[in-house]
Amino acid sequence: MKPPRAEAQSDADRKVPFRGGGFAPRITRGPAVIAFAVLIALWQAAVSWRIANPLFLPSPIEIGRALYALAASGELWLHIAASLRRIAIGWLLGTAGGLALGVAIGLFGLARSVGVPLVSALFPIPKIALLPLFILWFGIGEPSKVATIALGVFFPTAVAAFGAVDNVPRSLIRMAQSFGLPFADIVRKVVLPGALPGILSGFRISASIALILVVAAEMINAQYGIGALVLFSGNLMRTDQLLAGVVVLSALGLVIAFVLGRLERRLLRWR
Amino acid sequence: MELVVDGVGHAYDGLAVLDGIELAVRDGEVLALIGPSGCGKSTLLGILGGMLQPTRGAVRLKGDPPAGTLNPFTYVFQDFALLPWRTVEGNVSLALEHHVLDAGERGAAVDEVLSLTGLSEFRSALPKQLSGGMRQRVGIARALAARPAVLLLDEPLSALDAQTRDLLLEDFERLWALRRVTAVYVTHNLDEALRLADRIVVLSRRPGRIREIVAVDVSRPQRGVATLAGLRDRLWRLIRDEAASADREIVAHEAA
Ligand SMILES: Nc1ncnc2c1ncn2[C@@H]1O[C@H](COP(=O)(O)OP(=O)(O)O)[C@@H](O)[C@H]1O
Ligand SMILES: [Mg+2]
Repeated sequence: MKPPRAEAQSDADRKVPFRGGGFAPRITRGPAVIAFAVLIALWQAAVSWRIANPLFLPSPIEIGRALYALAASGELWLHIAASLRRIAIGWLLGTAGGLALGVAIGLFGLARSVGVPLVSALFPIPKIALLPLFILWFGIGEPSKVATIALGVFFPTAVAAFGAVDNVPRSLIRMAQSFGLPFADIVRKVVLPGALPGILSGFRISASIALILVVAAEMINAQYGIGALVLFSGNLMRTDQLLAGVVVLSALGLVIAFVLGRLERRLLRWR
Repeated sequence: MELVVDGVGHAYDGLAVLDGIELAVRDGEVLALIGPSGCGKSTLLGILGGMLQPTRGAVRLKGDPPAGTLNPFTYVFQDFALLPWRTVEGNVSLALEHHVLDAGERGAAVDEVLSLTGLSEFRSALPKQLSGGMRQRVGIARALAARPAVLLLDEPLSALDAQTRDLLLEDFERLWALRRVTAVYVTHNLDEALRLADRIVVLSRRPGRIREIVAVDVSRPQRGVATLAGLRDRLWRLIRDEAASADREIVAHEAA
């Protein structure tokens, strides 16, 4: 047995080991930049050393050159403008309609009884399947593409809006009733602001759907548009130009997500 | 003005919650409603303010609400029920915006209740920036802004910690002394009832029936542990058995 004095000493020296903290994965910028750089470098190396055939997988530098050439000739901007216009008009129309239906479903029994089964039945249809029909109805030009996007945006927006209205705490609505607020005031001052977070996260989904649909519609029939650019480039075996189009689409998606993120932070500061 | 509860009973899908409630809330009195949890206190309060249709009986207002009343029955909620996107000032003015008042009058009314509840410096804060006690003060300010004939408080202090609860109890005492209020104050806390009420209605466990109505005949400034000990004992004996058996009850899921 050790002498008691020595034991007291060793007890005093032993620190309780830390073992808490929970799991808290945090983002730091460095590793992300390095990972991107390594990935692109490997890709470039694979093409330069002919491990990959540049005809099928052009190098990042080639893609950059193609992108520059498209931009310099002005062609790129025509494509981007055409796609953005279709997205903007289609998204706005679809969003306006979807919000109107979704909020109505959230508020009125009749709208709910009719709307919910209707939305459930039509939501799963891949909207691009309706483009040929819209071409017959509206002609081959812009309206059929815009209608496809609008319809694709309409349903998820309606679903998000009515879910968001349903999620507004009933206690707040009862509070407003107890203070004698008229129906329209309750909708304007309680329901809509309370539903805003859900509506805004619906925007993220509908925006990415709009981006998918614009490319699909442009691939079926269009002269200008990123989808058309990608399709033509593929037909001509211009894979550098094809991937330049893909890069533009990725950038477009990022810009849309960024703008929506800013909007959310701005409008939902109260959270 | 008097609020008369006439043979009120209530059931939720066959679950009897209140039975044969006969009661009068007199002008200018604070009536506490105590009873074990689940005995129907919130239900009765909802019926009193016209937020819930009773299955049996009715509530009647005898006489006119005081002049200037904007919202005769106004609630203070256990969970505060503040709009998180509105500031303190915005939450209070919610009670006034739909009434025809000129802008100056509305501003003055908001200022008055904010200073009465000690919220003047917090007027542009959002609810998320406030402590629980401050949030409930906003709830109280909002209710007072509507100049109610009867203030209906549903366990207003239950979501707060003990110290904050004491602070708000002092606020209520100050408020009762400053202004003539008619109020129904629901609580399951005996001491809150003993400090704030003129009369205490003791409800049985579900279905809630009135077991007894106890008058607190001691003026508020003189109320203390010593003066109220006898009354407290009597009330405790009344609710103890009810609370104990309500506590041991297995909740039936018949109405799911
Ligand atoms: N909307 C409702 N639907 C069905 N049952 C309810 C509803 N509200 C309350 N109850 C039930 O009625 C009983 C009384 O509720 P409540 O009045 O809230 O009691 P208290 O406020 O005294 O705790 C409880 O058993 C509760 O579960
Ligand atoms: Mg309750």
